Amino acid sequence: MKDQLDRVIDAARKGRMSRREFLGRTTAMGVSAGLAVALYGKVARADEAKKGGVIRAGIYGGESTNSLDPALAASPVPVITCSTWGEMLCDVTSDGGLNMRLAEEATSSPDAKVWTFKVRQGVEFHNGKTVTAEDIVATLKRHTDEKSQSGALGIVQGISDMKAEGDKVVLTLASANSDLPYLLADYHLAIQPGGGMDDPTAGIGAGPYKVESFEPGVRTVFTKHANYFDDTVGHADQVEILVINDNTARTAALQSGQVHMINRVDPKISELLKGTPSVTVKQTPGRGHFVFVMHCDTPPFDNNDMRMALKLAIKRGELVEKVLGGLGSAGNDFPINAAYPLFDETIPQREYDAAKAKEYYDKTGHDGSPIILRAAPGAFPGAVDAANLFAASAQAAGIPLQVKLEPDDGYWTNVWNVEPFCASYWGGRAVQDQMYTTAYLSTADWNDTKFKNKEFDELLIAARGELDEAKKKADYSRMANILRDEGGLILPMFNDFVEGVRDEIGGWYDDPNGELMNGRALSRCWLG
Amino acid sequence: MHPILKLVIQRLALGLLLLLAISAVIFLGVEALPGDTAQAILGQSATPQALANLREQMGLNDPALTRYFHWLGGVVTGDLGKSLTNGTDIATAIGQRLGNTLFLAGCAAVIAVPLALTLGLIAARYAGKWPDKLISAVTLTTISLPEFVAAYFVIYLLTQVFPIFQPVAMVFPGMGFWAKLNAVALPVIVLVMVVLAHMMRMTRAAILNVMQSAYIETAELKGVPPMQVIWRHAFPNAIAPIVQVVVLNLAYLVVGVVVVEVVFGYNALGQYLVDHVTKRDLPVVQAVGLVFAAVYIGLNIFADVVAIIANPRLRHPK
Repeated sequence: MKDQLDRVIDAARKGRMSRREFLGRTTAMGVSAGLAVALYGKVARADEAKKGGVIRAGIYGGESTNSLDPALAASPVPVITCSTWGEMLCDVTSDGGLNMRLAEEATSSPDAKVWTFKVRQGVEFHNGKTVTAEDIVATLKRHTDEKSQSGALGIVQGISDMKAEGDKVVLTLASANSDLPYLLADYHLAIQPGGGMDDPTAGIGAGPYKVESFEPGVRTVFTKHANYFDDTVGHADQVEILVINDNTARTAALQSGQVHMINRVDPKISELLKGTPSVTVKQTPGRGHFVFVMHCDTPPFDNNDMRMALKLAIKRGELVEKVLGGLGSAGNDFPINAAYPLFDETIPQREYDAAKAKEYYDKTGHDGSPIILRAAPGAFPGAVDAANLFAASAQAAGIPLQVKLEPDDGYWTNVWNVEPFCASYWGGRAVQDQMYTTAYLSTADWNDTKFKNKEFDELLIAARGELDEAKKKADYSRMANILRDEGGLILPMFNDFVEGVRDEIGGWYDDPNGELMNGRALSRCWLG
Repeated sequence: MHPILKLVIQRLALGLLLLLAISAVIFLGVEALPGDTAQAILGQSATPQALANLREQMGLNDPALTRYFHWLGGVVTGDLGKSLTNGTDIATAIGQRLGNTLFLAGCAAVIAVPLALTLGLIAARYAGKWPDKLISAVTLTTISLPEFVAAYFVIYLLTQVFPIFQPVAMVFPGMGFWAKLNAVALPVIVLVMVVLAHMMRMTRAAILNVMQSAYIETAELKGVPPMQVIWRHAFPNAIAPIVQVVVLNLAYLVVGVVVVEVVFGYNALGQYLVDHVTKRDLPVVQAVGLVFAAVYIGLNIFADVVAIIANPRLRHPK
C-alpha cells in the first residue's frame, strides 16, 4: 500500500491527478479524509502562481512565410502567437462558458439580432493607446474587407451594421445568432489599435505579452505587457515561441529542458515520453477530427446507399488504436463530439458491419470498378495508413475500395475539395453552429462534401437564432442525425491534443478549445 | 597584365554571363508554372474582379520580357521585391538567412576540409594497410547514413545520453560568437560526417594516382621518408582534382543542407526556400534560386582558378 500511496502522491505532485481524484484514491486506501486534504495541499503544486522567469515553448507548425497579421493566422504557430499578444472581446473557457475580456458584458436583443458589448474601461494597448469602442469596430470592419483575406470573414460577414456608441459596441446581424460572443472569441479577431488598418502586421494588441522580436518560422520573443488589465494572467517576465517542426528535435528539446512545453507529441512515442523524468504528457480530448470526404454530387457517391456502405465498412476502433495510438475517440460521421456544448449523447455509435455494408453496396448496382480514395501523408498524421486500413476493411466487405497516394505538395489545391473522395482533417470550432456553417451549409465555401440538404439548412438557421437551449439542442440533434445518415462525411476519429510539459510548469489545465490550452499556455502557466 | 589576373577576370565575366542566362531560365521556369502571382496571393478566395485589379496593380499584364527586365533591374540594384506571403523585404530576409547558411557551411568546412585531407594523406600513405581500411570504413559508414538518421543519432547521443549540446540550433542576431558556435555544434557534426568521405576518398585516389609516377619512385629511391614524399611531391600534383571535389562539397554545404536545417530548426536559406515554394511565393523562389546559382558558379570559378594556379603548365603557358 505504501508503494501505491507513493505513486498517487507522485502523480499529484506532477499535476497528473486532479484534487478530486487524489482524494478519492487516497481515502480508498484508508487515509482519512482530513489527512488526504492536508496531504494534497502539501504535495500538489501551490495554487499560488509564481511570477517571473522565461517560459519557452517548442511548437510544431510555423513557416518563414508567417506574418503577425491575425487575419492570416492559420497554422499552429501563428495561432498561438496571436493568442499571446492579442486580446479578444471574450474567450471561451475550458468548460464551454464565456470569459469576458475586452468586453465587460455582452447582451442581446430578445431576437438575438442586435448585440451590445460594453467595453472594459482603462485597458491599454502595447503602444499606450487606450482600447476604445472605435478600435473594436475598426478591427471587425477590417476583417469584413475581402482584401484582408481574413480567416474570420465567415464570422464577421453576417454582421450587417457595426457602431461605436460611447463605451458600447452595437452589432446588428443580418440574421439572428445567439452564439455571437463565442464566434467573436476567434483568435483572428484580436483587437488592434485603429483596427490595424495602417499596419496589420505590427503585432500590437492588448494581450498579456507584447512582441519583442519576431522572426517568421524561427522564433518570437514576448515580454510582459506592464499595464495589462488582469493580474491573474501573464506570470513569466518573458515568453518565447521556438518553431520546431521536426518531431524528434521537438521532443529532444523538451527532454533536455531547452523548452518547457511542446505541442503535437507523436502518438507513437507518447508512451516512451511518459517514462521520462520531469516531463508529463498531457492528453486533452479536443474537437479536431480526421475524415474521409465524399462529394454527394459526384457518382458513385451521389447515391446515399454507396455512402452508407462506405460508412459501415470502416473500423473506427481499429483506426483510433493504430493511427492515433489510442489517443483519441471514435467518430460517428458528424463533426460534433462531447467537447461541444449541447451535444446529444444518445445518438448511437456507428460500428463496422460488413454484412450491412455489402447489402447497401449491392443495392447501388455499382459495376465493380475500383472506388478511388485519395490520400497524402500530410492530409492528417497517419492518413495513408488510415486509408489503407479503411480499404482493407472495405474490401473484406466486398467493396472495391482502392487507395491512390497523392503528393503533399498541392494536396489542398489539387485534391481536397476537387476530387470526389479524399482524406482530410478539420480543427474544431467554438460552437456547433460555427462548425456546421463552415463546412455543411449548402452555400458554405468549404462545403467539402458538396452536401446540400434543405431541411438541414433550415434547422441550422433556426438553431442559430434560438435562445431556448432545449430547443436548440433538439435542432442540433436532428441535424447530427441527418448528416450522419445522409452526409458525405466519413468521420472515423476525433484526435486528442497530445502535449508535453515539463514539471517546473505550473497552472496547466486541459482546454478542449485548442492545442496548448487554446493557445494560452504561455500566458496562463508559470514557472514553479 | 599578369596572365592569372587576366584569367580570373575572364572567368568572372563568363560567370556573370552564365548567371544572366540562369536568371532567364529561372524566370521562364516560374512563368511556366500554372497560375500567376496574383492568383498565388489571392488563393482560393480570388474573384475575377480582384484578380484583374491586382494584376493591373502589379503590372502583370505587361509582356513577359518587360517584366523580366524589370525584375533583373531590381536584382542588379539590390531590390528583390517583397514577399507575397508576409510582405517582408526579400533582400533583408535573404541577407540574414544567407549569413546563417554561410556560418554553418563555414564551420563545417573549417573542420571537414583539413580533416578529410589529413585522413586522405594518411590513407594514401598506408594504402591497403589497416589505417587505410579503418579510415575508409568509418567515413564510408558515416556517408552511407541518410542525413536525418545521422542527425537523430547525434541528437540522441549528445543531448540525451550525454547532455552536452542543445538539440535546436537556431541562431539569432545579437548572439555572441561562442554562443552561436555552441548552437550549431550538432548540425556541424552531422555535416562533417556527410561530406568527409567524398573528399577523403578523392584525396586518397588522386595521391595514389600520382604515386605511380617515375619521379615519386626517384624520390623514394633517394631515401625521402614516405610521408614527405606524399607531402612534398605527390600532394601538390594532386591538388587539382582534390580542389574540384572540395568545392563541390562546399557548394553542397551551402545549397543542399535543407534536411539538416529542418531537423535542427536552423534558420538558414534552405528552409526559407522550401517554405516559400510550398506557399507559391514566387518572387522569393526566384531570388533564392539566383543566390544559390551565384554561389555555385562562384565556387566553381574558384576551383578552376586554383586548379590552374596549381598546374605549372597552365600557370606558365608558352
